[in-house]
Amino acid sequence: MRATRPVASLALACLLLALFVGAWQLSSSTGLGTAAVADPEYAALVGAAAATGGQTPFPSPIEVAARIWEHITDPFYVRGTNDQGIGIQLAYSLARVLAGFTLAALLAIPLGFLIGMSPLLYGALNPFIQVLRPISPLAWMPLALYTIRDSSVSSIFVIFICSVWPMLLNTAFGVATVRKEWLNVARTLECSALRTAFRVILPAAAPTIMTGMRISIGIAWLVIVAAEMLVGGTGIGYFVWNQWNNLSLADIVTAILLIGVIGMVLDQILAMATRAVAYQE
Amino acid sequence: MRRPFVSVEGIARRFPGVSGAPPQTVFADLWFGIEEGEFLCLIGHSDCGKTTILNILAGLDHADDGAVVVAGREIDGPSLDRAVIFQSHALLPWLSAEGNIAFAVRSRHPDWSRAQVAEACRRWIDLVGLSAAAAKRPAQLSGGMKQRVGIARALAVSPKILLMDEPFSALDALTRGTLQEEVNRIVAETKLTAFMITHDVDEAILLADRILLMTNGPEAKIAEVIVNTLPRPRTRHDIHHLPGYYELRNHIVDFLIDRSRRLAGAMPPEWTARAVPEVRPAATAATRHAAESAASPRRPA
Ligand SMILES: Nc1ncnc2c1ncn2[C@@H]1O[C@H](COP(=O)(O)OP(=O)(O)OP(=O)(O)O)[C@@H](O)[C@H]1O
Ligand SMILES: [Mg+2]
Repeated sequence: MRATRPVASLALACLLLALFVGAWQLSSSTGLGTAAVADPEYAALVGAAAATGGQTPFPSPIEVAARIWEHITDPFYVRGTNDQGIGIQLAYSLARVLAGFTLAALLAIPLGFLIGMSPLLYGALNPFIQVLRPISPLAWMPLALYTIRDSSVSSIFVIFICSVWPMLLNTAFGVATVRKEWLNVARTLECSALRTAFRVILPAAAPTIMTGMRISIGIAWLVIVAAEMLVGGTGIGYFVWNQWNNLSLADIVTAILLIGVIGMVLDQILAMATRAVAYQE
Repeated sequence: MRRPFVSVEGIARRFPGVSGAPPQTVFADLWFGIEEGEFLCLIGHSDCGKTTILNILAGLDHADDGAVVVAGREIDGPSLDRAVIFQSHALLPWLSAEGNIAFAVRSRHPDWSRAQVAEACRRWIDLVGLSAAAAKRPAQLSGGMKQRVGIARALAVSPKILLMDEPFSALDALTRGTLQEEVNRIVAETKLTAFMITHDVDEAILLADRILLMTNGPEAKIAEVIVNTLPRPRTRHDIHHLPGYYELRNHIVDFLIDRSRRLAGAMPPEWTARAVPEVRPAATAATRHAAESAASPRRPA
């Protein structure tokens, strides 16, 4: 790789951002982004108010910036059940993601350990995993709502289902591919099964397991928005859908930006943890 | 019959053939012994099954036939009494040099306090000359330093038997020489029983009391046991001045170049697997030298 020049990269990034915002400002002030939409089918689909919403002008960067500022300076207000601060909504979503993710980790990592250690178990469970894994987590939502009868718990379940697979598969893979010679070291030192698991296999597989967790949290954060749009009530997904019904595009843009930032922060936290357990062979 | 300390009794190892091929017999009906405190070397070409033998001695692999008896008891798995120095050093990369040694110390002495473990580690680290690098991870160590950690880790469990699989083959000549002498000294001081696989003829002559010569695989056999009669202590610097050294060396090199391949097909009729002939090339040569030098003054000038 060629040497990177962080200052030059940063300058270019700022320039690109400025160009993008400039173009956006220009198009919103000349009315380019406000082409009328009057498709009757579309109107029937999303409701009359939303269809005419196509005619409300797309907010300019300045309007959006003002809205972002309002949200950031007052993130935790509560003015009734349908009007709560964006911080509160994000907190709901984060709490659900963390709950579902933690439950998934508590199941997937020990189970993945067993699967990775036992080819028999791997062979027995692999067909199930292969069938269950490609199912869109949202497809579980009706079943979850039917059996759990609680929209909030149902979205936690959906998060659980979508984040369990990468952690399970990565843990199993990491454990199964621990170098034979390290296991032989443990054997010649007469380590107990427990000591081998915690002192040799776990540290050896930790980077792979952490990678699985990183993939999982990314997927969970993607899915929570969709899940909350579906079940409604609270959460950032519900917030976006609600603002769409309110025709508040500036709020939607704000939410989109914040979803991106928080997703990045979650990813970076896991990346840091991955680095902490990484080792060089 | 008296059993040696380590007694290898008719072991065989077969691996299933790949994709329908008949099973491959690496070796069969292999007999040899190691006396207590003896240093035994095994020399043979690549692929003849040396590592497989060592793994069976270590208890990491099983023999398909036969048994290995140590101190009167058949082994059935690895043991802290049989330490292994691996060919690829096999250090745990997430632990520092000291951490790797501490892992071994704690395995032997689970009841020791943190301070006792640290103290023992320090001693082993000093012994192999790694004090400056104790906190480094294996990836930050040179090949020679890694192998030093491997040696310290093996010795740190105070084993009775030290099993070494080409421990120095990946090192440069200078480092190899230094480490050979260190191992030589430590094994002599601690009266360890040692078994070492090597490709290096000089290394075998320097370290071994006896040398097993293996024919090429498959179905490798121990063709000969060489008794190394060169007097101890031996050092790298003067070993080649000892009478009989070159005869001994040539005998092994001849075996590796020619007889290891020729004998693989057909062993001579007097050879039997249970009583492999012993030869003493150095002693024979030394007596001849002595006789010649005694005879020479009488020869007319
Ligand atoms: N787990 C295994 N499965 C199948 N075949 C094996 C296995 N382990 C070893 N072998 C075969 O046994 C033979 C001997 O292998 P081994 O590693 O003991 O050789 P070696 O004498 O130590 O060679 P080198 O000097 O290259 O280390 C080889 O032909 C190898 O292919
Ligand atoms: Mg080998």
